[in-house]
Amino acid sequence: MFAYYLNLAIRSFKRNKALTLLMIVAIGFGVAASMITYSVFRAVSGNPIPDKSAQLFTPQIDGWGPQQNLQGEPAEALNYLDAMALMRAHKAKRQTFLYQVQLSVMPNGQRDLPLSANGYAVTSDFFAMFEAPFRYGSGWSAREDAARASEVVISRGLNQKLFGGADSVGRTLDLGGHDYRVAGVLDPWNPRPRFYDLFSTSGFADEPDIYVVFSRAMDLHMYPSGRNSCRGQLTFTTWEQYTQSNCVWITPWVELDGPAEAADYAGFLTHYAADQQRAGRFDWAPNVRLRDVVQWLDYEHVVPPESRISLAVALGFFLICLVNTIGLLLAKFLRRAGEIGVRRALGASRREIYTQFFIEAGTIGAAGGLLGLLLTAAGVSGVGILFQPQIAKLARLDASLVGLTLVVAVAATVLAAFYPVWRAARVQPAWQLKSS
Amino acid sequence: MKLHPILAALRRHKAGVVLIGLQIALTLAIVCNAIFIIGQRIQRIQRPTGMDENNLFMISQLWVGAPTGDDQGSTDKLDAMQRTDVQILRNLPDVQSAIAINSLPLINSSWTTGIGMKPAQERETAHAALYFGDEQMIPALGLKLIAGRNFNVGEIQHMGARGHNRPPIVIVTRTLADKLFPKGDALGKTIYVDRDTPSTIIGVVARMQVPSVDSWARDFTYSSVLIPTRLDANFSRYVVRAKTGRLDAAMKESRAALFAANPMRVIDDEDGVKSFSDIRANAYKADRGMAILMGVICVILLAVTGAGIVGLTSFWVGQRHKQIGVRRALGARKVDILRYFQTENLLIAGGGAIAGILLAVGLNLWLMQHYEMDRMPVLYVLAGVAVVLALGQASVFVPARRAANVPPVVATRTV
Repeated sequence: MFAYYLNLAIRSFKRNKALTLLMIVAIGFGVAASMITYSVFRAVSGNPIPDKSAQLFTPQIDGWGPQQNLQGEPAEALNYLDAMALMRAHKAKRQTFLYQVQLSVMPNGQRDLPLSANGYAVTSDFFAMFEAPFRYGSGWSAREDAARASEVVISRGLNQKLFGGADSVGRTLDLGGHDYRVAGVLDPWNPRPRFYDLFSTSGFADEPDIYVVFSRAMDLHMYPSGRNSCRGQLTFTTWEQYTQSNCVWITPWVELDGPAEAADYAGFLTHYAADQQRAGRFDWAPNVRLRDVVQWLDYEHVVPPESRISLAVALGFFLICLVNTIGLLLAKFLRRAGEIGVRRALGASRREIYTQFFIEAGTIGAAGGLLGLLLTAAGVSGVGILFQPQIAKLARLDASLVGLTLVVAVAATVLAAFYPVWRAARVQPAWQLKSS
Repeated sequence: MKLHPILAALRRHKAGVVLIGLQIALTLAIVCNAIFIIGQRIQRIQRPTGMDENNLFMISQLWVGAPTGDDQGSTDKLDAMQRTDVQILRNLPDVQSAIAINSLPLINSSWTTGIGMKPAQERETAHAALYFGDEQMIPALGLKLIAGRNFNVGEIQHMGARGHNRPPIVIVTRTLADKLFPKGDALGKTIYVDRDTPSTIIGVVARMQVPSVDSWARDFTYSSVLIPTRLDANFSRYVVRAKTGRLDAAMKESRAALFAANPMRVIDDEDGVKSFSDIRANAYKADRGMAILMGVICVILLAVTGAGIVGLTSFWVGQRHKQIGVRRALGARKVDILRYFQTENLLIAGGGAIAGILLAVGLNLWLMQHYEMDRMPVLYVLAGVAVVLALGQASVFVPARRAANVPPVVATRTV
């Protein structure tokens, strides 16, 4: 029966080529526009570390006070004094402190020009907390943190450039005039959005090249190469004055298991801020936050506005295409009222009519889906006109998007067909036979 | 023509009428908002920086093994290296002028600060971006000095990137001058640039955009302060104007000349040497993309809606074939039939347009609430209404003419 109805549907398309083509094109464009914008939206709004996002928290402490803070919200990073206090207190199972650095890689035997390397100064738990995958070696331990060791973890890309991709663990690297020992080499690793540094990046920067020991960076007076935000008059000139200032530049992260631990940690932060108030360092009531990864991504507005607007417009466009399809299907089905009358008079049940016309609509939807797939493939490679390259390359046509395109096209068309099919099934056989 | 028969007929096609009306309403809502967005983005893309952008390019470079301290010795060394580089660039055959500057419009790397009228003022009077450079800054960038004078060579200082000494004189943009001194008498007045030291305004330039094009800088797009100080850091930016038509050659030879003079530096292969037209294209990439996307969606949307009207009206014409024949047989002229369908479409499209106006305003309000959109002027809605009504009339014309061509003899065939 299915094959027969399919055959009928194809005959019907042939009778009304223009109308059929119009429906297919409308559905194709509508579904493609939605899928292209959705592929970008999915990429930018995804959870970069789904299995741990509820355990990772970034503490914030207001060191600026009600006059200078972000309309009641504490700064998005910590100043040196507060960061050091949290680091020493070590109230979480794991914790890491990080900020962006830029260093030049001195020429070695293979190259005669220096390179610039971007990355982070981090503490040892960084790699385990954020599940960084190692190709060779590993990160460093708390012992190296305490020893202020000259250790570095490098990206696979930098390892390729400097050591030709070989296992370089233990080799020496000259960064900015100081020697570092390579402790590990990462596999390609660039979580997007880069949840761990939304202070200096918008979440979609290129993969970092290096990770150096935080305490060593302090010893070398490595100023942050990323963002640095200060309040009031700037009076510092030297590194010591800088670390005493209210400038924020260090992003802290802690790993906490479950709500009870999170509540304890939040209590600790409040307690710490209250102590600072008592000591006279803050002359305002404790104002602290403890946000997990998802809350942090949301608070930092990681999804670019272009992504939301274009998705909304594309969905509106798809809706209009569907309204259009309802109208055209209605015209197409009711034009065949006579044919329906004959079938009903010869004994076809309403159910048969439903089946026949739903199959016809589904076929149109499938054809529209195929066209939509072609347009989506073309469009996904063209999203570079709207988004920065780092975001544009996140949009991919993978198996799930292919499946989704077809399913959405067929489902939406069948949904749109409900009213026209219902009207077709209500055709009165006697009336139709009499009038024709 | 009486509307009554048309309305009576429409009542028998409720579903079709509602569908066309709905489609027109949604199309109107999206099209006029999309055109409004396109207009706004184009306005943004076309706003001038205030510089003469022709033949301009920027070099960003990082010293390797240069002093990193904040002491006088280090800054003096860095200053000497920077001045050597600028001299090398100025001596190149294809280069007209070259300067060192901390930032440039549209590159999104800025030093912004509050400007006050009194020392240690609690709330800033205005917010502005700072440009640090020497007396060549104004001529090399092609800025227009509209009042006062430029800096003299003797007034130029230099300091480390984290230095605080502010020189006693500054040049400001007209926008900033008007904001600080609404009476227009800014020249010679004293302002406080992010600390206690007073600075006298010695000149006003017509326009100089701030480095950021992001939304946070939209309240002070043209509020800039030029400061007669070279900043000495372990990285530097040079802005070079090539001789007319020699941009590519000048960009190539600049990179080579800098490396020849001192190889201990990093100039990024892709972004290290960049023409200003590339900087501009990159800064407004998302705006241009949004305008193109909205344009494409508008065109497809109007085409789909138009085709939908053609399809549904054709169906109605086919359905009423006999009635049209009867009307013709009873004396209706071709033009009466044509008018009938045109009026019918006008009624449906008009109804849809009224609903569409409400939807369009609602969509605009929603966008304003969520995406820093401005209020859409009524003109856009009216233009949108005109477009959808014209689209309806154009699409109905083909099936309506077919209806008008139905011969009266149809009436005599089997009824």
